[in-house]
Amino acid sequence: MKVTLFTTCIVDFMAMNVGKATVELLESLGHEIDYPTNQTCCGQPMYNTGYVEKTKSTIKHFIETFEHAEVIVSPSGSCVSFVKEYPHVLADDKDWKERAEKVAAKTYELSQFLIDVININDFSAKLPGKAVYHSNCHTARFLKVKEQPLQLLSKVEGLELVDFHNSDKCCGFGGTFSVKMGDISAEVADEKARYIQEANPDYLIGADFACLMNIGGRLSRIGSNIKVMHIAEVLNSK
Amino acid sequence: MGIKINDKSFKKNLEKNLNDDFMRAAMVKAQDLINKNRANVLSQLGDGNYQEWQKLSGEARAHAIENLDFYLNQFAENVVKNGGTVFFAKDAKEASQYVTNLAIEKGVKKVVKAKSMVTEEIGLNHDLIDAGVDVKETDLAEYILQLDDWNPPSHMVVPSLHLNKTQIRDVFAKNGYSGKDIPEDLAAFARAQLRNEFLTADMGIYGCNFAIAESGAITLISNEGNIDLCTSAPELQVAVMGMERILATYEDADICISLLARNAVGAKSTSYTTFVNGITEEGAADGAKEFHVVIVDNGRSKVLKSQFKEVLQCMRCAACLNICPIYRQVGGHSYNSIYSGPLGVVLTPLLAGYEDFEELPYMCSLCGACTEVCPSNIKLHSLIHEHKRVLAEDKKNSAFWGVSMTGAGKVFSRPWMYKLGTGIAPLMTKPLMEDGKIKKGISILKGWTDKRDMPALEKTRFRDWYASRSKGGNK
Ligand code: SF4
Repeated sequence: MKVTLFTTCIVDFMAMNVGKATVELLESLGHEIDYPTNQTCCGQPMYNTGYVEKTKSTIKHFIETFEHAEVIVSPSGSCVSFVKEYPHVLADDKDWKERAEKVAAKTYELSQFLIDVININDFSAKLPGKAVYHSNCHTARFLKVKEQPLQLLSKVEGLELVDFHNSDKCCGFGGTFSVKMGDISAEVADEKARYIQEANPDYLIGADFACLMNIGGRLSRIGSNIKVMHIAEVLNSK
Repeated sequence: MGIKINDKSFKKNLEKNLNDDFMRAAMVKAQDLINKNRANVLSQLGDGNYQEWQKLSGEARAHAIENLDFYLNQFAENVVKNGGTVFFAKDAKEASQYVTNLAIEKGVKKVVKAKSMVTEEIGLNHDLIDAGVDVKETDLAEYILQLDDWNPPSHMVVPSLHLNKTQIRDVFAKNGYSGKDIPEDLAAFARAQLRNEFLTADMGIYGCNFAIAESGAITLISNEGNIDLCTSAPELQVAVMGMERILATYEDADICISLLARNAVGAKSTSYTTFVNGITEEGAADGAKEFHVVIVDNGRSKVLKSQFKEVLQCMRCAACLNICPIYRQVGGHSYNSIYSGPLGVVLTPLLAGYEDFEELPYMCSLCGACTEVCPSNIKLHSLIHEHKRVLAEDKKNSAFWGVSMTGAGKVFSRPWMYKLGTGIAPLMTKPLMEDGKIKKGISILKGWTDKRDMPALEKTRFRDWYASRSKGGNK
């Protein structure tokens, strides 16, 4: 299948390895990658800060950049959940709304694509050690993708997945919330980091780089050596 | 007191609370305990069935709100049929004055009060006290707060959540208690004091969880038994309710009550479910001889006509407070409103205006946990987002964010600008780097870097890697 890749802006300029792992993983499964170089951001930061009108040009640019795709895959459930909101944001404009609906319908978060669309069972990832999985709120609650990442991780050879206290709670990132209410956000991240440390894992795994950057930022500040990995990197580990 | 609970600035308030380790530990413990119990009673409904219940109770609430004028009329007619008097108060002042005047007119010396958010909202206690009436809060937590110089409530269901047993012992000690900080002993002390108050009160005041239109009954859901004493001992009784408390039928109440108890306290039901149906018959030993219902608007009709209408479905269970990751860190008083947590974020600016509460909508990471639990099926996170939209677009509240987001919108819709910007960004952030990470940010970045590191911006962006790779490099 020809897979059109939406890396997200944050992966583009802050986490090149996540994008790279996504490409290599999908290619190793026999898919062809299409990467539209005009892609930028999904628009969620502006929208969630309340600037709905100012978001529209970004959304329209996204639609124009991606509507040729057969299927759009992204290593971020939060951004995908926002793409699914596009028809609602552009509800006033019939034409754009329809285009938004078509794009939204064929956009998938990576693990969702792997399980629900191509249903892979067999892949030869290997990563020895103990890991916790942080579930991103938008992926789990808005996109309803909860089981897919766990299912995939359970098949990674050598990887032992353990739970930790309040693992389904928000990490405190919340986009611009993380700087606008930075002191509160940091306290949430701190608690999350503490509970993760209590589980004593080798790896913190997530399906959304923004949360990983947040929790990882706190772990790094308190001198933890828990390794932070995106699920694409884990699935691409040999 | 009214909706606003103190005159400190939002920032000062927040700082104080974030430094209150004591309160914060109490919040974490309370949230975890309530949620554990809640999850337990919800699992008894069967796997995945909560969503069905949530839908049903949400529908019952939405139906009442959609047809509020009809059901309010029906309810009021039935109260009158049951021998009661109904007063529609357009604002807090009218509501409070009605009750206060009634107390003065009837020569009331002492009032026993059951816990009620709306009486806090209208500032009733103050007016009664000013009129020389002795007011006694009889809910244990409210009683503690009253003795603590009217310390404001920090939680809708557990108002004294911010105090621990030692602090409560100290409060009681100032009022004649000489025992230890043992919860049972503290409760026994309060009980002995309160028993006497019930027997000597001339007026009982309580709130209303649900007003049943088809019968005119006031429904009260409680655990301590104090409400039942308020509805039975004094001959003169007043129920105060927000005008949105209506349910059409007992059948609707059946669903909503089950979910209220499960969500509020993590129990299948509360100890008492009380229906007050007007005055009692001649010769009855207890119950109201005179019964008034005060229906408070205080901004609710305006909400009814707005895009925030859905929030009127709220049944004040506090599940959204108990699940909120922000409330967990900052505690109820940080919201500076008697209504805290996600519900408070939505409701407070609607009832009390944006001016004093402009920061509230940003006390949210939009994680959606509140929406997931809400038994009234309110899309809380969407309403919080709508507040942010109103502030940003209609009120243009922040020049900084307005300019930043205009800039972002331009960059993200023009690929050449985006490519240029992300290309030079690593260079721009170089001065902030330490050990390969951003550790000290400037301006808004400080909020992040005070307690967290940030990864360095990539010198080779993904797009650069991809481009070089398709040219045959770096495979
Ligand atoms: S908004 Fe929903 S969850 Fe929050 S208090 Fe009201 S009914 Fe409960």
